[in-house]
Amino acid sequence: MPKYLILKHYRGGPEAPGFAPMSEWTPEECEAHFQYQRDTIAMLTETGEFVSADAAAPTGNWVQYGGPGKPPHVLDGPFPETKELIAGWFLIDVESEQRAHEVAAHVSKAPGQGGEPIYEWLEVRPMMSEPPPVD
Amino acid sequence: MTSLPEDLLRDSSRRVLGALVRRGADFASAEDAVQEALLEASQRWPQSGIPAEPVAWLMTVARRKLIDAQRSDISRREREQVVAAEPEPGETEQTDDTLLLLFLCCNPALPPSMAVALTLRAVGGLTTREIAAAYLLPERTMAQRIVRAKRIVAEHALDQPGDLAVVLRVLYLIFNEGYTSGSDGIDLAAEAIRLTRLLYTASGEPEVGGLLALMLLHHARRDARFDDGRLIPLDEQDRSRWDTAMIREGVWVLTPALAQERHGEYQVQAAIAALHDDAATAAETDWPQILEWYDELVALTHNPVAELSRAVAVGEVDGPAAGLRALEGIEERLTDYHRLDAVRAHLHERAGNADEAAALFRKAAASATSLAERQHLLKRAAATR
Repeated sequence: MPKYLILKHYRGGPEAPGFAPMSEWTPEECEAHFQYQRDTIAMLTETGEFVSADAAAPTGNWVQYGGPGKPPHVLDGPFPETKELIAGWFLIDVESEQRAHEVAAHVSKAPGQGGEPIYEWLEVRPMMSEPPPVD
Repeated sequence: MTSLPEDLLRDSSRRVLGALVRRGADFASAEDAVQEALLEASQRWPQSGIPAEPVAWLMTVARRKLIDAQRSDISRREREQVVAAEPEPGETEQTDDTLLLLFLCCNPALPPSMAVALTLRAVGGLTTREIAAAYLLPERTMAQRIVRAKRIVAEHALDQPGDLAVVLRVLYLIFNEGYTSGSDGIDLAAEAIRLTRLLYTASGEPEVGGLLALMLLHHARRDARFDDGRLIPLDEQDRSRWDTAMIREGVWVLTPALAQERHGEYQVQAAIAALHDDAATAAETDWPQILEWYDELVALTHNPVAELSRAVAVGEVDGPAAGLRALEGIEERLTDYHRLDAVRAHLHERAGNADEAAALFRKAAASATSLAERQHLLKRAAATR
């Protein structure tokens, strides 16, 4: 069974028409959105497809080797030219790529303002597996 | 506290489950009952010592659990009569019900991942935690997979003979996963061999022997195939590290299977593996005979992946240009292009087309599905340039 990473971005694909950012939602609309994420994890656990899910803060640093005997270079991220920022992910173990797309579509349907689906773009990436023991 | 012998528990659990199912208990309830009996054994035996007849002990406890479950189920439904199928007490089972259990667990209605999980638990006697660890999944996810699998099996009771081809495919899938989760974890390839050995003692079908031989003949090379996570291709492997005893067993199992003259894909692939294993050095490989087997494999399966491997053999026998010609028209029938690119790259390299080879190795690397494979292909691209 292949594993797939479903990536949520803070600044992902083009926004759906009429999309309102979370800053304009009511607390109830926010809570409904968060509950949807928890329900998705419960649903994937029940179907035997859940591996893990997590989120990353929008802020962080960029780090680079500083050269011999020097401390690492640390910059406040992100670089201005970087368009996308990872917000979080679901890791799932499913029967097929088609099923991974179905799950991503479900995640994309999370409710936003007025309880309407936010039509979020999600990136679906197959994970590397172990090579089979045959040549 | 004495530690319990794992093999004894796993072997006993399969035999108790098989006996209960053969006597008419439904599979899902019997499996629950056996799990509970094993739990009780793991709590009691360390103190009391292992009983003289562990299978009979587990049988008695499992039967009691089964009857308890049936009673509470019945009272829930407010039935008056207890109709628990009370099996004969006492004797230890002699018959091996492995085949019956494998047919139940590899029900054609089950998606492969569920058939795999159920087989490892009900026939392999592994715990849910061990199976989850082997597949790098949370225990709850694996537990849920087994629950759903049992539900599907209950809904699709076998009203026709089980399908041996499905059983073989599930066992091969377990073998191919091949993941080793550390030294104390479950080795899925070894587990698949153990299960296929059990099936081999229960069925004389030549493809069962073919599959067991195929697994043994590949598994024998395992120590030479990886060097600290680095993939070593067949022609560069240190052949002194191959397990010769396992190769002998593979050939010993394969020979009588082939003699039945009912060849199938596993027997043919095992024959190819045996020819590779038989060569003391890569240069001594009997490619003309390997090519004959690939011709038969392609005729049997019409599988484009088999045609890819055949093209490599053609390249060895008739030269790389002939190998490349053998690949023509294969593309539209493939779903996994990285292997086609890798084979093309290999043949171009042998033909002396370095630039073409390097570009194709890089292309193959970009779509490889395992990290070890990608790194191997990138190195070959770099070496070709």
